[in-house]
Amino acid sequence: MKRLFVTMIAGDPRSPDRVVPPTGFTARLTVLTAAAMAFLAVFALALSLATGRLADRWSDALARSATIRISAPPDQMAAQTRSVLEVLETTPGVASFRALEQDEMRALLDPWFGPDLPVESLPLPQLIEMTETGDGIDAEGLRLRLSAEAPGAVLDDHTRWRRPLVAAAERLRTLGLISLVLICVATAGMITLAAQAALAANGQVIRVLRLVGARDTFIARAFVRRFTLRGFAGAGAGTVLGLLAVAALPDAEPAGGFLTGLGFQGWHWLWPLVIPPLAAIVAFVATRAAALRMLRGIR
Amino acid sequence: MIELQNVAMSYGGDDLLADMSLKIAPGSFHFLTGPSGAGKTTFLKLCYAELMPSSGRLTLFDQNVTAMGRDDIARLRGRVGVVHQDCQFLDHLSVAENVALPLTVSGRPIDAGELVELLAWVGLRAQADALPPQLSGGERQRAALARAVIQSPDILLADEPTGNLDWEMSLRLLKLLVEFNRMGKTVMIATHDLNLIRTAKQQVQTRVLRIANRRLQLAGADL
Repeated sequence: MKRLFVTMIAGDPRSPDRVVPPTGFTARLTVLTAAAMAFLAVFALALSLATGRLADRWSDALARSATIRISAPPDQMAAQTRSVLEVLETTPGVASFRALEQDEMRALLDPWFGPDLPVESLPLPQLIEMTETGDGIDAEGLRLRLSAEAPGAVLDDHTRWRRPLVAAAERLRTLGLISLVLICVATAGMITLAAQAALAANGQVIRVLRLVGARDTFIARAFVRRFTLRGFAGAGAGTVLGLLAVAALPDAEPAGGFLTGLGFQGWHWLWPLVIPPLAAIVAFVATRAAALRMLRGIR
Repeated sequence: MIELQNVAMSYGGDDLLADMSLKIAPGSFHFLTGPSGAGKTTFLKLCYAELMPSSGRLTLFDQNVTAMGRDDIARLRGRVGVVHQDCQFLDHLSVAENVALPLTVSGRPIDAGELVELLAWVGLRAQADALPPQLSGGERQRAALARAVIQSPDILLADEPTGNLDWEMSLRLLKLLVEFNRMGKTVMIATHDLNLIRTAKQQVQTRVLRIANRRLQLAGADL
């Protein structure tokens, strides 16, 4: 009688969990699956958030900057540059502007021609860097004024290459979100298979339970609770590992660009905490559906 | 309690049981006999709604069984105790937990004192903590009987309960079944052991049914 009383004191003997024997294989499979999927989900989330930031940053930074390129004969270059600077001084929406120095232009060309190229001997255009205020500039009006004051000046407001860059970043963000959804679906599929395997392996147990009057919901609850907890525990472990891996990525550096910025920033580090409860919900729904579907075939 | 009207049961198009009509009254004691493969187990399965009749009308506790939902059937099993020849236990639970299983699944409280009393009634008090594989054949049958009666069902169905037992153990089990019947409960035992039936007739008023040629017949005169 000792075990009976110990059971009654130590735990609820009416818990559906106890009526189903522990199944090591499906337990390990479910925990492993949930951990692996959570690990991938952390990276998908990091990718999605990083590309979102990137899209915002590119969009914001490029939208507020423009370049004026002056291509003129050497004897007119200084005069046209002065004219452009004078125009910019009186243009509403211009926050700051400056003509790039020879060294700065050489630095821009270094990646393409190498450091030894005598750029002084090349007929390079003069570049003027300009940033806009929050209200922005009237690009068409400025173009008209430039064509009148400095015929060799061309305004490049970056629209031409800003749009595809932002679109690419937006697509990456969408791909990250799609990856998260696919990870959820794959997790549900694998947990369903594991649950079905557990149900099939416990066919005799289920028949006995039905024989003594167990309702489908009681039997399903035993499996559902077990798989939900396994999904949560596995996803918790996978999330922690994923976070450690993301934290181990190199810090974001201006020179590193996109790849070194792949990670979480600020309160975004909290987002992965959603993954374990989400995995538990997926496991709950998948196991319950699988269990009730299978039990309908047993009288 | 259980009423069959022209009930037939077929597997894969072949009739196993046909044109069966019967009324089982509360408090009665029935034996169901017939050759192996005659359909005794199938008949019992109809009586606790594990199988549905192919045709005819089967009423359990005034409810048409074909109109019952899955939850209704689960509730019905609380009023019908079943003892199988192979007992069917959950081997990872103790004997006491197996016996209390009908209460566990129905969410009813388990009175430890009553459980001990029940185990003592079937002579398994000392084996309460044992696991089912550790029990002998006779002990398993008595444990299955205890599990079947723990909810005090209105009817007890036993399928070849003495099939694997020696005569002494069979008599011990029969004694328990007769005692249960004397509590006003209905008992139906499927068996091909005519000695068991003859012994029971000396202790209790019984009705003997025979399944032969797919039909249910009253027997008795030849026993």
